[in-house]
Amino acid sequence: MTKKRTILLVDDDIDYLFQQKTALEQAGFQVKTAEGRHEARELLSETVPDCAILDLMMEEKDSGFMLAYDIKKMMPEVPVIIMTAVTNDAGFKFDRNSSGEKEWIKADTIISKPVRPEQLIKEINRLIK
Amino acid sequence: MSGTAKTYRVWIVDDEQGMCLGAIAALENYTVQLDGTSELAGFQVEKFFDGESFLSSLANDRPDIVLLDNKLPDIQGIEILEKIVAEGFPFLTIMITAYATFDKAVLATKLGAYDFLAKPFTPDELRYVIRKACRTLYLTEKARKLEEEKRRARFEFISVLAHELKAPLNSVEGYADMMINRTAGPDIGSYDQPMERVKVRIDAMRKMITDLLDLTRIESGTRNRTIEETDLREIAAGVLENCAQMAAKRNITVKLQAAEALNFPVDRSEMEVLFTNFVTNGIKYNRDGGSLTVSLARREGAVEMAFIDTGIGMTAEEQQNLFKEFSRIKNRKTRDIQGSGLGLSISRKIIDLYEGTVEVESTADKGSTFRVILPVKK
Repeated sequence: MTKKRTILLVDDDIDYLFQQKTALEQAGFQVKTAEGRHEARELLSETVPDCAILDLMMEEKDSGFMLAYDIKKMMPEVPVIIMTAVTNDAGFKFDRNSSGEKEWIKADTIISKPVRPEQLIKEINRLIK
Repeated sequence: MSGTAKTYRVWIVDDEQGMCLGAIAALENYTVQLDGTSELAGFQVEKFFDGESFLSSLANDRPDIVLLDNKLPDIQGIEILEKIVAEGFPFLTIMITAYATFDKAVLATKLGAYDFLAKPFTPDELRYVIRKACRTLYLTEKARKLEEEKRRARFEFISVLAHELKAPLNSVEGYADMMINRTAGPDIGSYDQPMERVKVRIDAMRKMITDLLDLTRIESGTRNRTIEETDLREIAAGVLENCAQMAAKRNITVKLQAAEALNFPVDRSEMEVLFTNFVTNGIKYNRDGGSLTVSLARREGAVEMAFIDTGIGMTAEEQQNLFKEFSRIKNRKTRDIQGSGLGLSISRKIIDLYEGTVEVESTADKGSTFRVILPVKK
């Protein structure tokens, strides 16, 4: 049996966290959860996940970006997915593929919330290979 | 012009050289104080000797004020005015009428001229009209900026509101999907906890909608206010009674300190909302077994209401956006506390209605004190 892949899931909505965790566990992942950037950083000091999934707006409007930056600095090989509802609601647009934003958004993918579990699992599998 | 905050551009359209030079001389070093500020506005004058050169310059340049002579070698001033008005240019036009006929002036203003000057006029008369125009321009600009700011704030509010309302919907939908897909297994009991959460999120959403209606009613001024002498101690006691069960659940002692009846001219329901917001916050953000003291006192020319809790408190950083809509402090200590993020902004709006103030003192892990002061209206 192969070792279970570990996912770090960070979101300040505890229901969303619970739902995604349940779905990811069913898909065979081991899931560690944190409710914010600071809690996530503590977890990261003891675990190196195979993939990190971060909500954008948590304690601060850009906590997700800051955490992504932290992760890429500490463990550049860990793929990072940022989930956000902001793009839909506020009309902001982040485009991971535009060259200017590639520089400062340290995420491998940005996906819009709500994210369907199948969709998330597909993204994870694509990134961790 | 140096030393002025703003320079208005005045274009004078007149075929009389002397007129143009006179106007330049009158306005060159002239300054006007802008309303409500200590800032000065100056003027830069450019001259045009015929209608055609003036009109063609408008293609790629803009004045703020135009002094337009009616009698020009090529086109009638009135004709130019009609063109300007039809194009909707934002500058102000002051007509100069050579033969001081009242009906010409009336016609010009009817057509859309801002004002008129009758030849011959003194430098002071010119300055007077220019000063008036300049103040109009300044006020119009200020109003436009305010309007812009309001629009932007409204957009931001609605964006955040949409986000806040979608969050519980997403959560409820997620749990529904869990059940549909039997994600937590075939046992119905496994879904008890998720369904509890569904209820919690729906309640919170309902509370947010109620708060939102309160907020808009206060803001729009559509609520009928009845200001009458009311005993604030009685209101406080009523609110504390309503919240007693909530406090008892977490073993929080609630005290009311008020020496006597405290009559003050208020709208009763506004005060009930205000007290309820501060009292429920004082309980929600408290520690188990803590205390909340509501103290009322008459001060010189004011009443003071203080809400003192022994709760989780706030850091200086957390206090920054306290009264802003939808701002909620998110940390591990507040994770299980429900709230719309509107309570304090509603309270602030009510306090504003009374021209009152609210101050916060808070220490993390020690507690917070909210002090509201409502002045006696003169």
